[in-house]
Parts: sequence; C-alpha cells; structure tokens
Amino acid sequence: MTVHFQRELDSLKRKVLFLGALVEKSVQLAANALESRDTEMADLIIAEDRKVDELEVEVEEDCLKILALYQPVAIDLRIISAIIKINNDLERVGDEAVNIAQRVNIMARRPPVDIQFDYILMAEKVESMLKRSLDAMVNMDQDLAYKVCLEDDEIDDMNRRVYDKVKEAIGRQPERVGYLINLLLVARHLERIADHATNIAEDVIYVIDGVILRHAEDELKSTPD
Amino acid sequence: MKIPKMKVRDLNFYYGKFHALIDVNMDFNLNEVTALIGPSGCGKSTLLRCLNRMNDLISISRADGKIFLDDININDPGVDVVTLRRHIGMVFQKPNPFPKSIFENVAYGLRVNGVKDRAYIAHKVEETLKSAALWDEVKGRMHESALGLSGGQQQRLCIARAMAVEPDVLLMDEPASALDPIATQKIEELIDELKSQYTIVIVTHNMQQAARVSDITAFFYLGRLIEMDKTESIFTRPSLKQTSDYITGRFG
Repeated sequence: MTVHFQRELDSLKRKVLFLGALVEKSVQLAANALESRDTEMADLIIAEDRKVDELEVEVEEDCLKILALYQPVAIDLRIISAIIKINNDLERVGDEAVNIAQRVNIMARRPPVDIQFDYILMAEKVESMLKRSLDAMVNMDQDLAYKVCLEDDEIDDMNRRVYDKVKEAIGRQPERVGYLINLLLVARHLERIADHATNIAEDVIYVIDGVILRHAEDELKSTPD
Repeated sequence: MKIPKMKVRDLNFYYGKFHALIDVNMDFNLNEVTALIGPSGCGKSTLLRCLNRMNDLISISRADGKIFLDDININDPGVDVVTLRRHIGMVFQKPNPFPKSIFENVAYGLRVNGVKDRAYIAHKVEETLKSAALWDEVKGRMHESALGLSGGQQQRLCIARAMAVEPDVLLMDEPASALDPIATQKIEELIDELKSQYTIVIVTHNMQQAARVSDITAFFYLGRLIEMDKTESIFTRPSLKQTSDYITGRFG
C-alpha cells in the first residue's frame, strides 16, 4: 500500500508544481502586460487560464481519490489537506492574473494617468512572494514560509497607499475616474495574490508542524527570523 | 474529569528469557476507549492479557510491576483470578461462543457466579442482549444453538456474555478482525455505546478502526510504550517520528 500511495502522492505533487509554474507565469505576464500596456499579452493570459482551471479540477479529483482509497493519516493527511487548499489558492491566483489582464485591456485603450505609485515594484514583490511560497512548498522550508507570511503586511500597506493616491487623483481629475478605478483595482488584485501566497505559506507550515497559523498574526510577528 | 480505572506501573513482562514488555506505565480511564496499536510482536496483546492475568496460563511467563484496578494491585498473590476476571471481561479475536443455546451463553457467567434466580437471569440475559444490540435479531430463537448465528452475531453474543456479569473493564483483542464491514460497523457502534458504562481497552491492527473507536491511542514498539495521546492527535500530528512512520505505513 505504501508503494502505491507514494506513487500517487508523487504524481499529485508533480501536478501541483506544474500548476504552480503555470500560475506563476500568468502573474509574471500580467505584470509585464501592465508595465507595457500590452493587450496581446493580456489576451494570452485570459486564454491560458483555461489550463489552470482544468488542472485545478484534476488535482482536486486526485486528492479525493487518494483520501478515499488510502485514508492517509498524520503527515500524509496534512499534505493532502494542504494540497487541496493550495490548489484552490493557485486557481484563485490565476483568476487574479486574468483580472489584471482585463484591467490592462481597458486601460490600454485610454491615455495613462500617473498617480506617482510604482506598480512595477509592487508587482515584483508580489511575484517574489508567490515564487517563494511555492519554493517553500517544494522544499518544505518552514523558515522561508514564515518569511513569506511576514511580507504580506508590506503589500497591504502598498494597497492602502494606492487607495489614498487614487482618491487624491480623482479629486484632481474627476473626468478620469473610470481609469483611476481600474488602477485601484489592479493594486487590489495584486494584494489578493499576496494573500493567496501567504495562505500557501501557512499551509506549508501546517504540513510541517501540524499547527494552523491562520488568524494568528501576533504569533507570527513574535517568531524570530 | 478523567478517572483512572486501571493503572499500570513499572510493568515488565517476560516469556522465559524474552523481555516482552519493558517498563510500561499507563492509565486506562473510566468511560474511555483506549486503543493499543503497534506492529506484531510489539507487546500490545501481551499487555492486554496482563490486564486480567490471562498470561498466568503460560507457565514460563513472569510479570514484574503493579497493575491496579481501582486500588487493588491485581498482581498481588492474594488476588483471586476468577473474581478478578468477573471484573475484567475479555472478548477475543475469533468469536468463541459455547456450544450451547444463545440464552445459555449469556446466562452462563451468572450461573457460574452463583446466581440462581431464574427470573433475574432471564431479565439480565434480555437486558444484556439489548445492550449488545443483538436482542432484536435473536429474541425469537433464544434456545437455538449459538453456533447457528453469523460471525458478527456470534461476536456480539460474546460481548453480551462478557457484559452479563457486569464487569468494570472490557478488554477486546481485535474484536472485529474476523468480521465483514457491516458486522465490524455494528461492533464499533456497540463499543461507542458501551463506553458510557465501562472502561474499554482494545487491541487492533486496523488503524482506521483505532482512529474511529478510541479516545486514547497508545503506540507500542518492541515491548515499549512509545507514545500515548488523544487519538485525534496521534492520527493528525503525532509527536514522535516513530509513531508517524508506523501509522502512515512506512514501517511495521
């Protein structure tokens, strides 16, 4: 039974990694499309999301099959339950990349408005969080997972700054409110991706420790680096 | 609140020169089901058999240490083993009803214990069979041979037989391993019902069964108690790697 189980688990892990890579790519493309106002790239992201959706369903079915056939316990159970959740987070990250692509398509048709905010920096930070949450998953690296969780605050701050800046800009240029709302939403989508990366990191910690970290911000902050 | 019904203290057990149980210390609480798990030869059945001195029957065996039922050390030479076993009943792996009627199987323990009142015996047999979730299936054929029952029914009859003398503790040595899934489920439901009245200790090789029926799980390996904890902790996040490796099937 162990051999069969191990084989199923290895194949499941490979699929999740592949899904992670697909989603990471989408986020990267979304950041590029945002920077270069590239609608072709945006359309590509939207089209590619179908693959992400299909793979998500496949991973979930594999998880349910393993639960039904092998009734895993302890670390094995924690891995499967974490994969079910990480799978969901990855699919949502894919959706957020699509959302950004849709904003790009709208904004690219209109002249830009500068709100003095470095979107590229925010996108890079979010990409890095996602990448490292996946690295933490692959290597079961608890320290890295903790670091990812701690970075989420920075992204939340950036999102709040965008809100203030957009509000200001609407005051100055009320005729561009449509465009500005799209800018605000892009920051919101990036912030959501960072949240999903944090969830993934928390699930990695759960697999290793068996401790559920969600809603335990104080504990996180008192953890030494 | 947890009330320890049985306490094992510094128990060492030998079959000749073989040291089968090494420094075992543990409590079995009232109204709790404790599952003993571990690979073959780890000592779990030996421990179970120590709890009602079944091992006395093996001439080369020797037990050091104390086992308390309430405040009585059952290993004291003065303890009457027959009386002890009236307080600590046992159910075995294979159903072993007596080649007698269904009624007589359950009445037997009462008669051996000197009960003569027929009305009381009849009442007790019915009550016990009801608690063992067997009454509805056998009430029309109480005087037919118990050997005509199905395996699952025979096992519930054996549980009823053990319960008829109102023991404090029920020991179960793989009580469902010879049964089909439906009969197994009935035994498991029964165990859950019975724990409100008894202290139950169960040995099982079936990990899922331990997870389903027990409150506390104790993992044994090579004669030692390795880890004992709430069942849900053992099966979601055991403290020790050895336990994790065993329950996830990586050794044993």
